[in-house]
Amino acid sequence: MVAVAHDESAYAPPAEVEEVELHHPHTFIGKYVFSQDAKWIGIQYGVTALAIGLVGLLLSDLIRLQLGFPNAFSFINPSNYLQFVTMHGLIMVVYLLTALFLGGFGNYLIPLMIGARDMVFPIMNMLSYWLFLLAVLILVASFFVAGGPTGSGWTLYPPTAILPGTPGSNWGIILTLISLAVFIIGFTMGGLNYVVTVLQARTRGMTLMRLPLTVWGIFTATLLALLAFPALFVSALMMLLDRTLDTSFFMPALVLKGQHLEYGGGNPILFQHLFWYFGHPEVYIVALPAFGIASDLIATHARKSIFGYRMMVWAILIIGGLSFIVWAHHMFVSGMNVYFGFFFATTTLIIAIPTALKVYNWVLTLWRGNIHFTVPMLFAIGFVFIFVNGGLTGLYLGNVPVDVPLSHTLFVVAHFHMVMAVAPVLVFFGGIYHWYPKITGKMLDETMGKIHFWITFVGAYCVFFPMHYLGFLGVPRRYYAMDALRTIPESAQGLNAEISIAALTVATVQLLFIFNVIWSYFKGKPAGGNPWRATTLEWQTAHTPPEHGNFGEHLPVVYRWAYDYSVPGAKEDFIPQNQPPAGAAAASHG
Amino acid sequence: MLSPLYLLFVIVAVVFIWLLRQTVDVKPWVEQRSVESVPSGASFQVPAAKVGLGVFLAVATSLFALTVCAYFIRMMAGDWRTFVFPSVLWLNTGMLVLSDVAMRSARAAARRSEIERVRLGLAAVGLCSFAFLVGQFWAWQQLNASGFFGGAGAGGAIAASPANSFFYLFTALHGAHVLGGLWFWAATTSRAWRSTELARIRTSVELCTVYWRYLLLVWLVLLALLVPAVSELCRGRFLA
Repeated sequence: MVAVAHDESAYAPPAEVEEVELHHPHTFIGKYVFSQDAKWIGIQYGVTALAIGLVGLLLSDLIRLQLGFPNAFSFINPSNYLQFVTMHGLIMVVYLLTALFLGGFGNYLIPLMIGARDMVFPIMNMLSYWLFLLAVLILVASFFVAGGPTGSGWTLYPPTAILPGTPGSNWGIILTLISLAVFIIGFTMGGLNYVVTVLQARTRGMTLMRLPLTVWGIFTATLLALLAFPALFVSALMMLLDRTLDTSFFMPALVLKGQHLEYGGGNPILFQHLFWYFGHPEVYIVALPAFGIASDLIATHARKSIFGYRMMVWAILIIGGLSFIVWAHHMFVSGMNVYFGFFFATTTLIIAIPTALKVYNWVLTLWRGNIHFTVPMLFAIGFVFIFVNGGLTGLYLGNVPVDVPLSHTLFVVAHFHMVMAVAPVLVFFGGIYHWYPKITGKMLDETMGKIHFWITFVGAYCVFFPMHYLGFLGVPRRYYAMDALRTIPESAQGLNAEISIAALTVATVQLLFIFNVIWSYFKGKPAGGNPWRATTLEWQTAHTPPEHGNFGEHLPVVYRWAYDYSVPGAKEDFIPQNQPPAGAAAASHG
Repeated sequence: MLSPLYLLFVIVAVVFIWLLRQTVDVKPWVEQRSVESVPSGASFQVPAAKVGLGVFLAVATSLFALTVCAYFIRMMAGDWRTFVFPSVLWLNTGMLVLSDVAMRSARAAARRSEIERVRLGLAAVGLCSFAFLVGQFWAWQQLNASGFFGGAGAGGAIAASPANSFFYLFTALHGAHVLGGLWFWAATTSRAWRSTELARIRTSVELCTVYWRYLLLVWLVLLALLVPAVSELCRGRFLA
C-alpha cells in the first residue's frame, strides 16, 4: 500500500484557468447531427465503428462456415471467400478498432479526463467524423459495384491486388484505396485534436504525470497514427495511380495470358515496406489505448493504485518509439539482407521487455487488491490472459528461423487475433461496461454482461487456441479449400469444424451485448454520478451524462494523481483527483 | 546507412529531455508540488493553434519524407530515366519565393499594426500562390504535350517514365498542401478585410507565415531531387 504524503500546508487557493468559447447550437441538427461536442462525436464514431464492425464480424462467420464445413454452402465460392477474408481484415483493423479507440474513446474521454470543456478544434473534430463516415460508406459501396470488393488480402499487396483475376480488381480496389485515403485525412483532423488537447488544454494541476493511463495510451497511439498513416496514404495513392493511370511505382514487368502489360520496373517490395511502416505501428495504435484503459479498469476495480505508474508511462512511450523500427519482421519471407533480418528480429524481441513490464504491473496491481469481479474487471482480467498468450507467440514469430516455416499458416492468424484482435476487443467491452453509466446515466445489466463475458472469453480461446496447432500442421491461411494439400492430416478438419462452431457462438453472443446496450438505456438501473467510486475527473462532473462544456461553471482543479485508492487514513477507499487536501477544502472549485 | 540511426537518437534525446521538463520523472503518488506552483495546464506557452500547426507539419513531413524514400528506392531499378525538366518550373519556384516574401511582409506589418499593409501583403500572397498552382498545372500540360515519350499508356506522360510519375506525385501532394494553405489564407484575408482587430489577425498571419515557409522549403527539396544532376548523383550513390 502506498502512503500518500501530501504536504497540506503547501496548497493555496488556485487561480482560474482561462475559459474557452463554446459553440452552443440550438437546433436538433446542430446538437445531434453536425455536433461539435467531443462527447457526441465520440458516440457517433463509436456507433459507426460498431455498425461496420458487425459487418466485419458477419464476414468472419462466412469465412468460418467455409473452413469448418467446406463446400456445404453454395453461396461461398473461391472468389467471394477471398473478398470476405480481405474485407474482414480491413474493416476490423482500420474501420473498427482504430476508429473506436481513438475516435470513440478518445473523443469521449480525453476532454473529460484532463478537465477540459471540449477538444481545442471542435469544427475540425466534427469534420473528422464526417470524413470517417464517408470513408466507411465508400468501403461499403465497394460491396455493390461490379466485381465486388477487393479480394487481395487486407495487406493489398501488389501486383496481385490490381491484376485482373484477383476478385474486385476492377472497382473494388479503387474504392478501397480511396476509402483508406479519406479515412486517413479524416483521422489526421481528429488526431491533431487529441494530441493538442492533451498538450494544451489540461486543467490546472493536471501535470502529465497525473494523467490517467487511458489518456497516455490514447495520446501516444494518436502520435503513432499521425506519423504512420502517411505511409499508407502515399502507398494507397501510388497504387491508385498504378491501377488507374498505368504508372509503375509498384508494378514490375508482367506477362498476362501471353500479353505484355504496360507495366515495367516497379517494385512490389517497396509497397510492402511502406505498408508495414504503417502496419506495425497500427498494432500499437490499437494496443496502446487498450493498455491504458485496462490499467484504469484494473486499478479502479481492484481498489488499488496502479503498480509502477511511472514505469507504465515510460513503457507506453518506449513501445511507441520501438514500434517504428520493427516493421520488416512482417517481411522475413519477402527476402532481405540477413543483417536486416537480424536487426529487425532484435528490435522486435526488445519490445517484449516494456510489454512484459506492463503485464507484471497489471498482475502486481491485482496482487492483494480488493478485487471486485464486476463486468469491466472480468473483461480487463480476460484481456491480460489473452494478451499474454498472444504476446508469447509473438516471440516465436519475431525470430527469423521460426517465422519462415510458420509464415502464411494459421499460427500467424492465431497470434495476431489473440494479441491485436481479441485482446483489444475485450478491453473495448470492459471500457463500455465501465463508462456506459457515465455516457447514459444507466448501468448495463450485470447478468447479461457476465454471460457475454464468459462466452466471449472462453469462446475466443476455443477459436484461437487450436489454431496454433493447425498452424504447426502447416494449414495455410487464406485458402478456400485444403483438399489438395495431402500433407495435412484429416483430423485437422475436425478441429476446423470445432473452431467454426465456437466462432459462430461467440458472434451470436455479441447480439446479447447489443441488446443489453439498448435495453439498459431504457430499463437499466440509474447509475448516479460515480457508480464505481472512481477517482478520475470524468466521474466528478456535476451532471450525468455530462452536459456540453462538461464541468458546469468552474473547471475542476487537480490536486493529486489518478490512483489514490485505499489510501491509509482516508475516509473512503478513493480520493477524487479534484478533492483538495483537508486543510484547503475552501479553495476547491471542483 | 547509419545516419538515420543518428537522427533517431537525436529525436529520442529531444523527446526525452522535453518529457523530463514536463515532470515525467516525478513520483506522482508522493508529489509535493502545490497547485500554485504549476503555472497552467498547457505544455507550451503558445496558442493551441500554433501547437496544432507544429503537429500538422510533423505529419506532413512524415508524408513527404516517406514519398522521398519511395523515390530513392524506385530510382534503383534498371528502367530509371532522367526527368526532362519543364522550364516553367523555375518560374513557379520564383512565384512561391515571392509568396513567401509577401507573407513575411504581411507578418511584419501585422506586428507594426499596419492593417492596410497586412491586406496588401495577403493579397500578394494569394496572387503568387494561385500563380504557382496554375504554373504547376501548366508544367503537367507541358510534359504531356512534349512528345518525348511515344507510346505512353492510358496515363500519358505520368506513366511514361518512373521519374515522370514521381514528378506528378510530388507536385500533386505539394499542390494539395498549397490548396490547404490557401483555405486558411482565405479565412485570414477575409478576417483582415472585415475587421481591424489586430490580435486575432496577427496570430493567423503568423501561422500562415510559418506554413508558407514550410511549403517553400518542401518544394525546394522536391525540386532539387528532380534536377537531373542531383537525381543522377543520388542514383549513383545508391547503386554503388
